[in-house]
Amino acid sequence: MKNQVSMRLSGLEPFNVNEQTLFVNVGERTNVTGSARFKKLIKEEDYEAALEVARQQVEAGAQVIDVNMDEGLIDAEAVMVTFLNLMASEPDISRVPVMIDSSKWEVIEAGLKCVQGKGIVNSISLKEGEEKFIQQAKLVMRYGAAVVVMAFDEDGQADTKERKVEICTRAYKVLTEKVGFPPEDIIFDPNVFAIATGIDEHNNYAVDFIEATREIKRTLPHAKVSGGVSNVSFSFRGNNPVREAIHSVFLYYAIDAGMDMGIVNAGQLAIYADLPDELREKVEAVVLNTSPDATEDLLAIANDYRGDGKQVESTQDKEWRSLDVRKRLSHALVKGITEFIEEDTEQARLEADKPLHVIEGPLMDGMNVVGDLFGSGKMFLPQVVKSARVMKKAVAYLMPYIEDEKEVGDTNGRILMATVKGDVHDIGKNIVGVVLQCNNYEVVDLGVMVSAETILKEAVAHKCDIIGLSGLITPSLDEMVYMAKEMERQGIEMPLMIGGATTSKVHTALKIEPNLLKDQVVHVPDASRAVGVAQNLLSKENKAGFVTGVRDEYERIRVERLKHGKVHKTAEIKKARANKKAIDWSEYTPDKPSFLGLKTFDDYDLAKLVERIDWTPFFSAWELAGRYPRILKDEVVGVEATKLFADGQVMLKQIIDEKWLEARGVIGFFPANSVGDDIQVYTDESRSEVAKTLHHLRQQDVKKGAQPNYCLSDFVAPKESNKADYIGGFAVTAGHKIEQKIAEFEAEHDDYQSIMLKVLADRLAEAFAEHMHERVRKEFWAYEADEALDNDSLIREKYRGIRPAPGYPACPDHTEKATLWEMLEPGQNAGLSITESFAMLPTAAVSGWYFAHPESRYFSVTRIQQDQVIDYANRKGMDLMSTERWLSPILGYDV
Amino acid sequence: MNKSEQIRALMAERILILDGAMGTMIQHHKLEEEDYRGERFADWQSPLKGMNDLLVLTQPEIISGIHKQYLEAGADIIETNNFNATTSDLVRYNLQDYAYELNVAAAKLARKSADAYSTPDKPRFIAGVLGPNQKTASVSVDVNDPGARAISFDELVEDYSLATRGLIEGGADIILIETIFDTLNAKAAVFAVKTVFDEDDVELPIMISGTITDASGRTLTGQVTEAFYNSLRHARPISVGLNCALGPDDLRQYVQELSRIADCCVSAHPNAGLPNELGEYDLTPEEMADHIREWADSGFLNIVGGCCGSSPEHIRAIADAVAKSEPRAQPE
Repeated sequence: MKNQVSMRLSGLEPFNVNEQTLFVNVGERTNVTGSARFKKLIKEEDYEAALEVARQQVEAGAQVIDVNMDEGLIDAEAVMVTFLNLMASEPDISRVPVMIDSSKWEVIEAGLKCVQGKGIVNSISLKEGEEKFIQQAKLVMRYGAAVVVMAFDEDGQADTKERKVEICTRAYKVLTEKVGFPPEDIIFDPNVFAIATGIDEHNNYAVDFIEATREIKRTLPHAKVSGGVSNVSFSFRGNNPVREAIHSVFLYYAIDAGMDMGIVNAGQLAIYADLPDELREKVEAVVLNTSPDATEDLLAIANDYRGDGKQVESTQDKEWRSLDVRKRLSHALVKGITEFIEEDTEQARLEADKPLHVIEGPLMDGMNVVGDLFGSGKMFLPQVVKSARVMKKAVAYLMPYIEDEKEVGDTNGRILMATVKGDVHDIGKNIVGVVLQCNNYEVVDLGVMVSAETILKEAVAHKCDIIGLSGLITPSLDEMVYMAKEMERQGIEMPLMIGGATTSKVHTALKIEPNLLKDQVVHVPDASRAVGVAQNLLSKENKAGFVTGVRDEYERIRVERLKHGKVHKTAEIKKARANKKAIDWSEYTPDKPSFLGLKTFDDYDLAKLVERIDWTPFFSAWELAGRYPRILKDEVVGVEATKLFADGQVMLKQIIDEKWLEARGVIGFFPANSVGDDIQVYTDESRSEVAKTLHHLRQQDVKKGAQPNYCLSDFVAPKESNKADYIGGFAVTAGHKIEQKIAEFEAEHDDYQSIMLKVLADRLAEAFAEHMHERVRKEFWAYEADEALDNDSLIREKYRGIRPAPGYPACPDHTEKATLWEMLEPGQNAGLSITESFAMLPTAAVSGWYFAHPESRYFSVTRIQQDQVIDYANRKGMDLMSTERWLSPILGYDV
Repeated sequence: MNKSEQIRALMAERILILDGAMGTMIQHHKLEEEDYRGERFADWQSPLKGMNDLLVLTQPEIISGIHKQYLEAGADIIETNNFNATTSDLVRYNLQDYAYELNVAAAKLARKSADAYSTPDKPRFIAGVLGPNQKTASVSVDVNDPGARAISFDELVEDYSLATRGLIEGGADIILIETIFDTLNAKAAVFAVKTVFDEDDVELPIMISGTITDASGRTLTGQVTEAFYNSLRHARPISVGLNCALGPDDLRQYVQELSRIADCCVSAHPNAGLPNELGEYDLTPEEMADHIREWADSGFLNIVGGCCGSSPEHIRAIADAVAKSEPRAQPE
């Protein structure tokens, strides 16, 4: 057992840097010598804003934060201590390691006494001789930090490659041989100096750095190389696009030579491949010092790029049109361009012996490239869906000719896809379908709300090779178990693939696999895995091994579960109730809503919802991971995320301008009081007649300290308090009329637009719920008339009151939605219906309860015990078995 | 072979047994104020009941008795009874001037007990404890000023240096920095210990043991297990581990994590479950031993013992459970 030799840093989280680690970004903006703004904030002691700078660095991707307070008018030692102590109280900053940056040893030492994680000292050097260097290095080691060693000795700062290597080699020897410093914790800074200054001696500085780096990495084992990147472009101050281009080119070559990390502005790094060719060439000449005129040449064009750095796009964009038709088809597929696909396909058809050969030849070749790029993480889902659109259009163009010839092509296999009975969600299923088609699988898509009987009948009729099931809501899990049992009972031998938001490997292992013995079930966590799983399941050579691997894994999960699944401490329900959220009702007067009864909203103005859209889930629907807006600058997916976002914005405008969707909703307020864990809803203010009873579940885990066992009824005044309290309900949708547009897109074989529209409709429905909740707080229930929060605060739920939905963690019983539907009648009031599994139609819809008490909050009810379930079933008048079936995802015991 | 080499050699052969709870055992004696005071502190200015560390001076036979019970149960390593004996912690009892003496006495008591049981076949060791300190260097004590700190790194270094010198004077074989909930406090302890070693030209093996406070999987000051390890790896300890706060069921995954990442030996001394409604720990010796046996079989462990709620019976059951288990393979 040998661990990789890593520089093991930490903040609240570990951060290990070794030869496999990608380039490490050290955030530079919390440096008073490099940022005028940060300096001003520190001088004015505006620490809150200064912390915000640090937070933005981390959010923008900085993996280490450099803190430097060296400024004549600042007491650097005191301010370093203050700032580091403040940072320690901000978990979203202090999760990354700190680089304590100062030219004064006292400041560094003061800083080292403030950080619990393993940080980096920046820097020490041989400037004042070996004795002092050794003494400081020993202390750094005793404080537990890594160290940056500047290429600086008694004779001064190293500028040539030879001097840099000589000093670093000497320092390395002293550190490893005399001090015992771990070599993996040594980071050399061979000095990044400005180039293109007009002074000839400076022209080779970047090359010197790069070549010194190469030599250091080759000869000094485990040592790292770092540098302050922005120095290199200092002479282009004021022209950020050119500076960023210089940084990008410099890093491209320095990283290739072995540079491990750099102090950079984490939010602003241009991507080498994205630089306009002209700019890149000129910058390259400067950085690599390949021509005596390089500086002049760059200066000559520098002003053209002062703007956004993207002057030339159009000319080269059309170059591919002059390639031969095979390459054009391949280019169109990889880039997702539909503009010329029919003319290119036609030309290919005329050149081919048979039309089918166009599909089997150039088109499949192009799709194989797409499949490979996606498989290796170089393309992302939105691009793949666009590629598929090109493919489908080409195939559709060819079909009439092929049908004439009565030919059928070979595929990798036929896969049936369906969203199970009671469930209506199909975005994920459609995405998987597209990805499979891109990889030459034939997909038989049965759509949504398909019963097990239909699925099995069709699977047999179409001679499918695999069945793929999708579902988003928890009752769908049960339907999948039923499906497995039916396959077993009917003796249908086919592999089963399971996917969708509520599905999981654990559920598949525990509940589905034991019911399916004749063939194998596999949980597929996201679309990118679907192809690999399908390939393995259909491969004669690999299937047995693959299935054994999956079975072993699921068996391990079951064993693990048996051993450790039951150890959660739970309280008897009466104890949990005794530990309810204690609210002093005598001190609180509930606000009365502005009306009682229902209010409906028809054809709601979609434009009003746009500003309330939470964009992060938009990207995750397309399997791009990251928070908005940071994701737009993400190193890996940023470019695609930006394109996707732009496409989304264009469609969003069309949706609104051309009224592609219609939003409707209904809300209602009712007199209510809690009675135990139930909430009684009264016919009128006299509160003499109970109209409905809402049943809620209580957390049953053993709480530590003062944590209560929550139940939603805790947030409504109990009957015995004699306080007149209220509850609200809502059901909103932004999905009316969507079928029309979807049908149009499908007719055009345009999965990209079709999926885009569904994703946007979901976002608008969520935004509608958020917007309506805001109006409820300010206007309808009006308990927060003067609330003023920005969208980010709204997304973070910083307001008073909650809107939990039946089927979600605070009230996990889907069947309660039936009562909500009886109270609001969304069918006639908003055109919203529910399926037998309580999924809403149209799909882009949100419903739930409103609670207004200031202490009301979201929580999660899980692992409830049978004593509560029996009591709950009695309260609801439901038999125990059905109750347990509906609650099965949250039962803390085996039925 | 010196002690350090002896311990390393033994750890390559088998899983070493650490002792169990001291506080829980002292509770059984139901000591009153006058018992704590003894003769020497009979007229002390402030109440002393509950100051368990003082018992090494006022009731040494009780503490030796507990040490002996653990040695009987099979402990290879026993911990000194001086969890709170640093100057800044002792202020609460006005005992700040006794820090050095308490550390020396605690180590001497343990030394005597261990030596009485030590045989060439089963040598016994004493681990001189450096506790976490009540005050933390990286948590604010003022809600209005997140930068405020109750104690500084330098004060902690001073306290821990004095305690370390006392433990060495009293005959400790190992320095055990344990129940770490603020890693910065522990870094101060490491700094102090290394400085004392350097200045006094001695060197003892160091054991480090942190505390994951709850199901969040983090220390009190917010670090996850691996971040905690990375922060203290520079101590070059013979072992790193986890203790207290959680029972073996909840602690398992974090011990597993340490076992995956640590390039030194791994220790664990969990609580005997979680306190029930009455504040008692109700994991039986057999139940606890079952967990520990599974950890040992999974290859997680080099050193194991018990923390709050454990008793000599727990340690005996644990010792029996792992007697035949292979220790976690020594990293290269």
